[in-house]
This record gives sequence, C-alpha cells and structure tokens, in this order.
Amino acid sequence: MTRRKLQVYGAQAAVFVVVFGGWQLLTSLKIVDPFFFGQPSGVVRTLVDWVRHGTSFGSIWLQISVTMEEAVFGFLIGTAAGVLVGVLLGQVRFLATVLSPYIKAVNALPRIVLGELFIIVLGLGIGSKVVLAGFLVFFVVFFNAFQGVREVDGNLVNNARVLGASRLQVVRSVVIPSAMTWIIASLHVAFGFAVIGAIVGEILGAQHGLGVVITNSGNNFDTNGVFAGMIIIGAIALVAEWLISLLERRLLAWRPQTVAEAAAA
Amino acid sequence: MTVEPGEFCAVVGPSGCGKSTTLTLVAGLDRASEGTVAVGGQPVTGIGRGTSFMFQTDALLPWKSVLGNVALGPLFRGAPKKSALTDARDWLRMVGLAGFEDRYPHQLSGGMRKRVALAAALINEPSILLMDEPFGALDVQTKAIMSNELLTLWDQSKPSVIFVTHDLEEAIALADKVVVMTAGPGTVKAVFDIDLPRPRGSVQEIRFGQRFTELHHEIWESLRDEVTRAYARTASVSVAPATEGVLS
Repeated sequence: MTRRKLQVYGAQAAVFVVVFGGWQLLTSLKIVDPFFFGQPSGVVRTLVDWVRHGTSFGSIWLQISVTMEEAVFGFLIGTAAGVLVGVLLGQVRFLATVLSPYIKAVNALPRIVLGELFIIVLGLGIGSKVVLAGFLVFFVVFFNAFQGVREVDGNLVNNARVLGASRLQVVRSVVIPSAMTWIIASLHVAFGFAVIGAIVGEILGAQHGLGVVITNSGNNFDTNGVFAGMIIIGAIALVAEWLISLLERRLLAWRPQTVAEAAAA
Repeated sequence: MTVEPGEFCAVVGPSGCGKSTTLTLVAGLDRASEGTVAVGGQPVTGIGRGTSFMFQTDALLPWKSVLGNVALGPLFRGAPKKSALTDARDWLRMVGLAGFEDRYPHQLSGGMRKRVALAAALINEPSILLMDEPFGALDVQTKAIMSNELLTLWDQSKPSVIFVTHDLEEAIALADKVVVMTAGPGTVKAVFDIDLPRPRGSVQEIRFGQRFTELHHEIWESLRDEVTRAYARTASVSVAPATEGVLS
C-alpha cells in the first residue's frame, strides 16, 4: 500500500471517529437530546436487534432484499430505456423536436405524484416501486445518452461512413461507444435515484422494504431506527458505487488516464 | 477540374475557399448546391465504394485498438472478421507499425496516428483517395517522412488522389498536377502540370532542384493574389470593430 493510500484511509477513519464519536459524546452528555437526535450506540443496538430478531415486518434481510430488488430492477429497466430512447432521439432530429416539450413537462413533474399514480395502478407490491425507480433512472440516463449522442465527433461519423458503414453500423460502432462516457457517468447518479425511487415508493405504501421500516420507526418516534435504516441504505449505495466503478473501468479502459485518476492510483 | 485515374492532384488555395468542401462532395458526404460532381462518369449521389478519405483531424476511434481501427473498413463492408484482421495486420506492417497492433490511438505519436489513418484508408483499396491536409498538424520532419511514405504506397496501387493542402511545397513535391483555387467563391483559378520525373525520391531533396524552384515561383505568383485577397477580407472584418473601439 502506498503512503498516499494510507493517508487517505487514515483521514477517512478520522472523519468517522470525529462525526460518530462527537455524536455519541454530545448525546451521552445530554448536550443534544438523544430522543430527537438518536445515538450511535442506540443505532448499533437497533441494527443488532433487527438482525437477531427481525423487524415488525419480518426479517431485516427480507426488507433489504425487497428494496434491493426494486432498486436493481428499476435501475436496469430505466437504464435500458434511457439509453434506447436517448440514442434514438439523438439520431432522429425530427422525433427529438416533436417530443421535446412533452419530455420536459414530464421531467418537471414531482416524482412523488407519479408514485401515487403507480401505486393506484400497480398496487402495493414491488411492481409500483420498480416502475417509480425506473422512471427516475430513465430521465437521468436519457438526458446523458441524448447529450452524448449529440456530442459525437462528426469526423468519426463521416470517417465510418466513407469506410462503408451503414447507418446501423455507425450507431453501433461509433455513436454508442462514443456516448458511453456520458452514459456511464450518469449511472453513478442513476443508482442513487433508483434507491430513492424504491424507498419513496415504499413510504407511499408497501408491505415490505426499508422504506416501510423507516416510516414505521418514524411513526414510533424511534430516531435510532430511522438512522439505522439510513445506514443500511448508505452501505448499499457504497457497494453499488463500487460495482459501477468496476464496470466503468472495464468499459472505458481505452481512455488515457486523467490527472485525477493518476493521483488516486 | 478533372482528375484522371491514377493521377495525384494537389489543391491549394486560401483558407475558406472550399477546398475541404470539394472533398466532401467527391466523397458523397455532402450534396452540391450547384454544379455536379462525377466519379467515373457517374454523378455522385451517395458515398461511393471506391473512395477513401483521410481527414485533417484524427478520425480514429479512440476506444478501438490500432488493429481494430484499421480493420474497420473491411468489417463495415461485410468481410469476415478473420480476414479483416489479417488484412489489417498486413497494412500495419506496410506503414511500419508492426508490433503496435494492440495500442490505443492515444498511446501513439501524431505521426504514428497518421500512419494508422493511412492504413485504414488504403485497406479498402480505393480507386480515389481524398486527403484533407492530412499532415497539417505534424512537425516538419515527420511531415516529410510521411510524404515519402505516402508516395511509396501510392505508387503500389496508384489510386487517384486529391490532396488538399496549404503548403505549396508539399503540393509540388507530391503531385502530378496542382490546382489553384480562388478566394471567396471557390472556383478553379489555374491548373499547373508538375513535370518533375517520378520516382521523385525524397521530398526533402527535391525542393532544391531548379525545376522545382521555377514551378514554385510560377504557382506562387498565381496563388499570392488569392491569399492576399482572402486575408484582406478576413482582416477587414476583424479589424473594423477594434478601430471603432479605439476611436470611442
């Protein structure tokens, strides 16, 4: 391990100690009321309790897996749809112009309104959450894919055309790889949105999931429960982020190393 | 302006006179708003099979290896993958890049990238090779080396070449014929036959010959007026607001 890496890990540990230690200290000394602000020890107790005895809605693993299922399916569907529609509209100028006001209008809608709608239509099961998560993901990925397609270097396209590429071949071997940088950049944000979609959907109405557990804790004034739910979500997001970075490194291996990446390595 | 089969034709003219546009018209990438472009007696209605184009800026796909980039032409035209890769390897050897197959374009120098682009253009065995200031971004020495190699490769398959450039010396050293275009509405002003014998050997040497100097002088006479006119036009456009600013 390099010296630099060691420094980074050390500083990260220090941040952890200061934030959670400070929190624990202030609440133990009653400078801050643990009833309203929770307490790290209480959060850990709640987490242990959930793992040992489950939540009021069944095993904690069930809640996590339900939320994950919703987020992952939503993420996959939203990404696929976003890339597809983004590339299509990026290629077909006419269609993009026609649909532009509708896309902007739908994008401007508060998502929670849509969440209500999906629950009415699809019920309290995971379907409505998948659709809500997918909807959130779609717009993030769509705008990036669309922009990526628009930014494709005209020279590359012309070159491929002269070399004999058909329109489909141009899309496959020039447009999509070229937009990939943009699309992958959006995936980092998009997975966050997928989790938001899943949790918001659960809060609006569900039988299982972390959102349900958090709402229930909130309704019982159990601050530690709310924080415990947040920590689980945070951990999931970190793992997902790591996976997406792996994917990014694989798909974008051709890129010259940027200054920032060189410094991080 | 006519280019015979197997002829190397250089086009010189002031910036913005439509040299590059001419090439896109011949390639079929754009349609002419007036007049016609014909290849082999047929008017150009789309991208022709026998045409290759080497662009001013890099047109290599940055996410493909050198080998992958060269193999694009045959693959796009439906060649099986194996034969396309074999051909690409052969062409890389011919442009002196054996051993660099797995590199990505950004790992190569400017001159090497041009070699890759040249191999990618020639692998389709074009009957017409369009070159838009292909070596414009290179340093003088690399440019000379690339010009020599271009002549050697051209000599093997003899496609018709239209070579657009700003550099009159480069034009004379390479071409059978130099076309001078006018400023503004780009029309052909004059056509000069370059009667320097082939093979011409090194382009660095040839420019000191007496005949070369005469031709250079003669064509420059014709080109100078156009360059001056084009410059005066751009200068007057950009200078006017500045003087205004000074006065007020």
